Amino acid sequence: MGKKGRLIEDIDTDQIFHNAFLHITELRQMGQYALGNLEGWKDFPGKTGPGDIIIAGRNFGAGSSRQQAVDCFKSLQTGMIIAPSFGAIYFRNAVNSGFPVMKCSKLADLIAGGLLKSGDKIRVNIRTGEGQNQTRKEAFFIEPMNEVQYNLWEVGGLFSYAKKTKKD
Amino acid sequence: MGYTIIEKIIRGHTDEEVRAGEIVWLDLDVRSARDFGGPNVVKNFCREFGDTPVSDRSKTFFTFDLCVPACTLQYADNQQVCRDFARAKGFKVFDVDEGIGSHVLIERGLAASGSTVVGTDSHMNILGAVGCFGQGMGDVDITFAFKTGKIWFQVPESLKVFVRGEPSSGFSAKDLTLYIVKQLGTKKAALKSVEFYGEAVRKLSISGRITLCSMVTEMAGIIGFIPEFKDSVASEIKSLSGEEFNHPYADKDAVYSDAITIDIDGLGPQVAAPFLPTNVKDVGDLEEVKIDSGFIGCCTNGRFEDLKAAARVLKGKKVKDGVMLKIVPATRKVYKQLLEKGTLKDLFESGAIISNPGCGGCAQGHIGLTGKGEVQISTGNRNFEGKQGKGQNYLASPAVVAASCILGHIAGPEDI
Repeated sequence: MGKKGRLIEDIDTDQIFHNAFLHITELRQMGQYALGNLEGWKDFPGKTGPGDIIIAGRNFGAGSSRQQAVDCFKSLQTGMIIAPSFGAIYFRNAVNSGFPVMKCSKLADLIAGGLLKSGDKIRVNIRTGEGQNQTRKEAFFIEPMNEVQYNLWEVGGLFSYAKKTKKD
Repeated sequence: MGYTIIEKIIRGHTDEEVRAGEIVWLDLDVRSARDFGGPNVVKNFCREFGDTPVSDRSKTFFTFDLCVPACTLQYADNQQVCRDFARAKGFKVFDVDEGIGSHVLIERGLAASGSTVVGTDSHMNILGAVGCFGQGMGDVDITFAFKTGKIWFQVPESLKVFVRGEPSSGFSAKDLTLYIVKQLGTKKAALKSVEFYGEAVRKLSISGRITLCSMVTEMAGIIGFIPEFKDSVASEIKSLSGEEFNHPYADKDAVYSDAITIDIDGLGPQVAAPFLPTNVKDVGDLEEVKIDSGFIGCCTNGRFEDLKAAARVLKGKKVKDGVMLKIVPATRKVYKQLLEKGTLKDLFESGAIISNPGCGGCAQGHIGLTGKGEVQISTGNRNFEGKQGKGQNYLASPAVVAASCILGHIAGPEDI
């Protein structure tokens, strides 16, 4: 998410899901407001499709603890978000909700080097961190999920995990 | 390679490899929720886990402290929702008479050194004052903790802070804390476990340790520890918990992300001006600021020693006409000490308003709110815009608040 090869940093939860819509609790209604307050990206919900990967700058999801800022992307069936770092509470909320948020410290280099551009078709292995840019036939690496994050993602979040481990 | 304090505590509560940066499943000794967050925990629990029990009734608590007794219908409803849930599941509620949850846990020996405690309070890391890993979390995490007794946690990096120098007399634990907040800002300790060393922190009493550790939140840190302590602190904590006080220590070859030295030589009272806790100045730079009210209490400065420090300044004096001084003891136990030692009388006779124990106005729940245009000097930990009402809040020590209320403008105890 950015312009001319520069990622926008410190995108906060008000830009991702504005506080005017906090009363919305239905997952399927949340998608239409995703990034609705981020200059240049307000038309995002209409343009994105299932499985799309969002690439963002450092400290994505800074600010408040609202869960909708994660769930609006689940609502749109976004595949994952990759950023150099995430807001602490945002990261916790995403992991708890089983949504893949992946860290990649080299993201800015990849983009500056022309190895990753908006619209490229990419595949990422969340266990090994291996990435393939199929458009440019280039390989790259992100930080793989660790065990805990993977286990929660696998079952669909913290509450599902609690129910599953109880039965085991 | 050795371990830091936080790594040692976490190692004692997980089977996984513990190093800064790793995410592990952490076993919890105590999990709690308060009258804010608690009702959502109940809602989540009923939706996800229905009629099933909590994982361990003896380790699960509600602590009501924000709006006590409830002064809004919503809080009254929310507290009752929590009480009904606790009765059904069979665990204890520290109800509206008890005081601030984190302090009650310390007083009841439920925050033992080396143990792990979570709750829906962003200042739960106050428990670092007694060598316990306390952490505030959201209602989803706490619901999970009620059900499983565990939480996942990313092991934080550790920062070492040395405090050196000899401050002026009248330099209190709050002044030390505010000065450290000023020096570290919100970046240097961000997401870190902070270990404080040096004579000025070693000689802090329990109440002073609580003051310093409480404001690690305002430094954006995870938790603060003060591993060196006076014998009197150890025996006081032992008398509370009934167990030997064994503060975890760091290994000599433990790995830190950074080490910072802070020099407090010659410093006097400190005050944080609106609207940031990091906006700290010498009290002398703010003496032209007129005040409408004062607040003494909150999890940062609500211990007996804090109120006693205020009483020392106020005894035999009067709060200035047109100024109101609001005092909220942290717990019922503190209130009892005020009564038994005659401090309550000194405070009352100075013209102060003394309420029952609780959080005060920090969460806009009870005593301590300000109106538009009102200038308040408070012993709280946050002075963000709108945090304690619509007015302006200055943060200071109990003695500075007391002196300011006598004179009607910001002043140090030396000015009396």
